[in-house]
Amino acid sequence: MIQFTPYIVLLPFLGFLINGLLGKKINSEKLSGLIGSGAVGLSFLIALSILLEMLKSPVEERTHIVTIFQWIVAGSLDVAAAYQIDQLSILMTLVVTGVGFLIHVYSIGYMHGDKGFWRFFAYLNLFIFMMLNLVLANNFLLMFLGWEGVGLCSYLLIGFWHDKKFDTGGYKPGEATTSDAAKKAFVVNRIGDFGFLIAMFLIFNLFGSLTFEDVFSRASAIIPIGDETMFWITLLLFLGATGKSAQIPLFVWLPDAMAGPTPVSALIHAATMVTAGVYMVARCSILYALAPASMEIVAIIGIATAFFAATMGLVQNDIKKILAYSTISQLGYMFLGLGVGAFASGIFHVMTHAFFKALLFLGAGAVIHAMHEEQDIQKMGGLKSKMPTTYKTFFVAALAIAGIPPLSGFFSKDEILWKAFSQGSYLFWILGWITAGLTAFYMFRLVSLTFEGKERWSHEKHPHEAPKVMTIPLIILAILSIIGGFVGIPHALGGGNAIEQWLEPIFARANLHLVSGHHGSLTAEYLLMILSVLVGVVGIYFARKLYLEKPELVEKFSASFRSIHKLLWNKYFVDEVYDAAVVTPIVKGSDKLLWKGFDVKIIDGIVNGSAKVTAWISSWMRKIQFGAVQNYAMVFVVGIIVILGILIFR
Amino acid sequence: MQDKFIMFLSLFKFYTRDILFLSQKIPNLSSILINIHTNMNTNELFAIAPIISVTTLSIIVLLIESLIKKSERLSFGVTVIGLFVTMYFSITTFELSGTAFNQMVTIGGFASIFSVLFSVAALLTVVFSKDYLQKENANFGEFYILILFSTIGMMLMASAADLILLFIGLELMSICLYVLAGFFRNRQSSNEAALKYFLLGAFATSFLLYGIALVYGATGTTNINYIIQNLSNMNNSLFISVGIGLILIGLAFKVGAVPFHMWVPDVYQGSPTPVSGFMATGAKAAAFSAFVILFINSTSSEIKTVLILLSALSMIAGNIIAIAQTNVKRMLGYSSIAHAGYMLIGLAAANQLGRDGILFYLFAYMLMNIGAFGVISLIEANEEKNLQFDDYKGLGTKKPALAAILAILMFSLAGIPPFAGFFGKYYIFIAAVNSNLTWLAILGVLTSVISVYYYLKLVVAMYFKEGEEILFSKVSPLSYLVLIAIIILITGIGVYPSSILTILNQIP
Repeated sequence: MIQFTPYIVLLPFLGFLINGLLGKKINSEKLSGLIGSGAVGLSFLIALSILLEMLKSPVEERTHIVTIFQWIVAGSLDVAAAYQIDQLSILMTLVVTGVGFLIHVYSIGYMHGDKGFWRFFAYLNLFIFMMLNLVLANNFLLMFLGWEGVGLCSYLLIGFWHDKKFDTGGYKPGEATTSDAAKKAFVVNRIGDFGFLIAMFLIFNLFGSLTFEDVFSRASAIIPIGDETMFWITLLLFLGATGKSAQIPLFVWLPDAMAGPTPVSALIHAATMVTAGVYMVARCSILYALAPASMEIVAIIGIATAFFAATMGLVQNDIKKILAYSTISQLGYMFLGLGVGAFASGIFHVMTHAFFKALLFLGAGAVIHAMHEEQDIQKMGGLKSKMPTTYKTFFVAALAIAGIPPLSGFFSKDEILWKAFSQGSYLFWILGWITAGLTAFYMFRLVSLTFEGKERWSHEKHPHEAPKVMTIPLIILAILSIIGGFVGIPHALGGGNAIEQWLEPIFARANLHLVSGHHGSLTAEYLLMILSVLVGVVGIYFARKLYLEKPELVEKFSASFRSIHKLLWNKYFVDEVYDAAVVTPIVKGSDKLLWKGFDVKIIDGIVNGSAKVTAWISSWMRKIQFGAVQNYAMVFVVGIIVILGILIFR
Repeated sequence: MQDKFIMFLSLFKFYTRDILFLSQKIPNLSSILINIHTNMNTNELFAIAPIISVTTLSIIVLLIESLIKKSERLSFGVTVIGLFVTMYFSITTFELSGTAFNQMVTIGGFASIFSVLFSVAALLTVVFSKDYLQKENANFGEFYILILFSTIGMMLMASAADLILLFIGLELMSICLYVLAGFFRNRQSSNEAALKYFLLGAFATSFLLYGIALVYGATGTTNINYIIQNLSNMNNSLFISVGIGLILIGLAFKVGAVPFHMWVPDVYQGSPTPVSGFMATGAKAAAFSAFVILFINSTSSEIKTVLILLSALSMIAGNIIAIAQTNVKRMLGYSSIAHAGYMLIGLAAANQLGRDGILFYLFAYMLMNIGAFGVISLIEANEEKNLQFDDYKGLGTKKPALAAILAILMFSLAGIPPFAGFFGKYYIFIAAVNSNLTWLAILGVLTSVISVYYYLKLVVAMYFKEGEEILFSKVSPLSYLVLIAIIILITGIGVYPSSILTILNQIP
């Protein structure tokens, strides 16, 4: 099956071409939807059969390189368009194509009647193509191609309804459209991409290659731990990751990215693209293992993001924004896992998070649809009876993210927290533990306000359950959210932690270099598990108590903690600070100084001046062309004399 | 200084001597011919299969033309099929190496690559000519025959291992092109083009021949490999370097390098448009093939200086004068001078990458330029109408498909990625940097910037200006098909340049 690897990537691209070029002519939602979802579904099947084959083969034969063609050869740079199938990339591929397929199917129902239906599926397929390039690449350059490509697709899809009004909660009040959100996402990501690029240059400079295998084996062999260049490489790569995976300081784009259609939020801004940073750091685990300072930074940024994003999520009222902050927070957990050296746990959380977060977004999409594009949860309530399937699946996902056993979120999140604790990073553990409580609280605030309690919407709306094409993906994702964690049951609970074993060879090099911390006792592990279940249950309890039974207490709380509430409500004023510190000076500076001063006067002056001079020379030189053939021969002879002069008299 | 001058004077004395040498060489030549006759075996015949194929083809078309009335359609069809067969033979002979026919022709590799290039160029020209000749009421079968004969000449040049064969190829090619330039015998500009091209061409050829004679006189042989290998240990170095210089001048004329470029704009403007495309690509590629054969491994510092001078002058003059042009064909004429300048950089760099860069460039340039002349020929109307920049205003709405294709071709000619033109320039500039000619590469980049102006001027006219209604003739589906194939190729090569480069790397 390995030889079919290129088709995993190619099929979505074909889908993109067909829908993109012929979609308008096909003009059939059925056909466009079928092509779009079918392409991704087939990719998933191929990936699945490759996985089955890998399971059968011995561990050391599980890595395959499939070279498509020699891509760029210049000097000592030799980059092939080649895909690397191994334990890590196949896992990511399955998540991308599997969850991607379900979201494609869901979109057939969600985008029904949209005039850009075919365009939507073309973009989605292009996204899957780029994402697969990102996770399957066997070198940094191809990965970067995918990296930039998913950024582009994210831009196209956030601004899919490009003239739709959009409340940014900050800048351009009342006049911002989704295009502004798309632009913001793109520009913020560029900052991260800049880091990735510089890191890539440094890697090439240091190792003379961009192929993963070359770089990693050389790094493992010759670079001492704590090498300064390695610190900068890993830090810059991580800057790229903070952009793509919405971490401090570059997380500001993700809440605004919710302006896009909800399936896009589910696919790109929850399940797949935003985890690219996690994947990239995990892929480069050996480089990070050689730069302990960077690992420390990754862990700190991760836990800080997890905590702050969770607090911001506490007070939001937009259903999608709550989920966006939750995504940022969960991504923070993943980075915490990577930062403390628990690479496999980080990837495990990527997988389970893809299931339940995609489910939450798709459920939110169904709600928004039923409520006629209403996104404010204060104007919802009591939808439980109207949309039973959506409610049940949403509830399952909320339990999963709150870390209630035996749902998937419990295993992956707890694994990360336990690894942090057993490395001796108690502070990380405490913050992570509090965050888990906050998560449970804001998720069940969301559930309570949306589905339970009184109906707070006008009765002109008639919310009803979504069609089958949308609910079936919800049900499948709910099942996955429940059972997805069973591949990673820790030893303490009698499981084999299959996923950690599966990924072990990928991180073997990194683990060699990591100073393995003291391993905590079984008792400690059980104790921590009970504590984190407890904090989840407490969070859920308070949320339900407050928002279902004593809503008047909420008012009281927010009144008595007015300053904190205001701080959270305004998201710590980060957008405002960036605006004042970065955006405004740049806009003003480039407007007044660079554009009207430097550009118009100096650059344009030079350019237009030299153009004028060139045109003048041109019209003058043109006159040499007299048209008489004798003169042509004269010029010819002059040329001969000069050339022979050079040859003879030198 | 003084003794060099005396030696220079003695060159003229030498002139009488080399006639003597040549006359001695003639029996020598005939013995070679006899040798060919007796030693000829099928292997050697297979080795020159592309040449044989295109020769046979031209004789068949000649017979069709003289025996069958109203044969234009048949001639066209046979020519197209025959050129595909030639392409096939060119590809199958690629694996061969060495020489054949008593070291007269090089076989395989380099020669095969050029055979592919020439047959593609001829094929594209023939396809575009069909529409064009019908439109101009000049659809005579002779056109195809002349194209085929000049293709033979080009192939002979690219596979020459002997100066005599080089000369024969050059003349065969040139004479056919003189006639093709004047193919519209009722049109004054066409006649003017033919006459100017012929007069100056003859002028240049005489220098080339004189150069060959000098080299022969000094070395006693016309075998190119022998001359190149023994260049350093020869006594009559001045004769050789002057002889080589004169050969260089003859070839520089054919590629249209400054200051031997004066004919280019007039001839390109006056000739039938597809013929201009053929001259700009096929003939130029043939001359460059000879350049590469003679100079890529054997450049003395003086010759290098001359090449750099020609290159710099061509890039500057070609690009700058092109700005002021108002006629599209004339603009492309000047641009082709500039492109010759870029390729001369690769020659001056005199390394493997330079050679591969030139070959890559020739392929890319062939596709872009024949495509561009092809589109122009489709837009052109009777009596040389629709050839001014002003006529292209608003073409984006009037003929969206043609405008889009032309725009892509212009972007590629300007060297904007991801099209083939970019990597052509890129490899040549890299070759220059590798052999310490960074300043020349910088000059190349700067003049490319100038070139963007006049290429984009056309795009601006097509898309951002409103024009009057003008008449277009119908464009055949075949032309569209070929144009789309060209676009796919230049994009494909641009995205995936190593496809061509790995093939070129295999040439020894």
